[in-house]
Amino acid sequence: MVDFLIFIVFIIGVFFIGQHIQKKHCASLEIREQALLYMPTVVGRKVFEDSEVEKAWLVHGAVVVSGDYFKMVYAGLIKFFGGRIRAYESLLDRSRREALLRMKESAAADGAHMVVNVRFETAKIGSMVGNQQGTGMFEMLVYGTAIRMKSQ
Amino acid sequence: MIVTNIETVPGHTIVEHYGIVQGSTVRAKHVGVDCVAGCQNTFGGELKGYSQLLEESRSEAVSRMMQQAQQMGANAIVNVRFGTSSITQGASELLAYGTAVRVE
Repeated sequence: MVDFLIFIVFIIGVFFIGQHIQKKHCASLEIREQALLYMPTVVGRKVFEDSEVEKAWLVHGAVVVSGDYFKMVYAGLIKFFGGRIRAYESLLDRSRREALLRMKESAAADGAHMVVNVRFETAKIGSMVGNQQGTGMFEMLVYGTAIRMKSQ
Repeated sequence: MIVTNIETVPGHTIVEHYGIVQGSTVRAKHVGVDCVAGCQNTFGGELKGYSQLLEESRSEAVSRMMQQAQQMGANAIVNVRFGTSSITQGASELLAYGTAVRVE
């Protein structure tokens, strides 16, 4: 009984800490996305004239994230009945945006005007240390070609 | 060395083609970082130790790919792709591959 109570308190604690981290991250994402809106980032590759290009180089951004313990338990419950697992959807969405932002930031730091041919990649890189049942860690990778135009 | 992930190098023309070059690396972080990541795993969020690890290893893979291209006499790599796979707990392989070419 006592064990069960401790577990419940632990889960609730993890839930609130996880929510807090998520809120903080979303707020910081929005500010940084606004700041980089001027830079076109496209999946297509022919959006410029070759003659206008001064330099092209490879840029990438990556982030490794894991879900919290509450999400894992919640997902386990949902999996029993099937359906959308919103807790993980928001986690993956947030980390992908973060990786994209990192790529744009590194491109902007070198004076790029746009990023073309952007590709997304997701890899599961293992689970919680010493625990195969863990929440799992994901790596989000975003890469593309940064383009700098000749100044007119 | 110019590296892009589109088929051409904008502003240059491809004059010679050398085939596929690749670079890869397998890396693991020491136990301390693993433990910290294990704790962070409880509360979720970014695992900075691992992010940094993969960032370093990816640069390493790209530079190995560039070395290989250089040995062939290429001066650019086009159509670069990345791949990641986990080998064991806390160790992962990063692969970068592309087409080595000479541009003018």
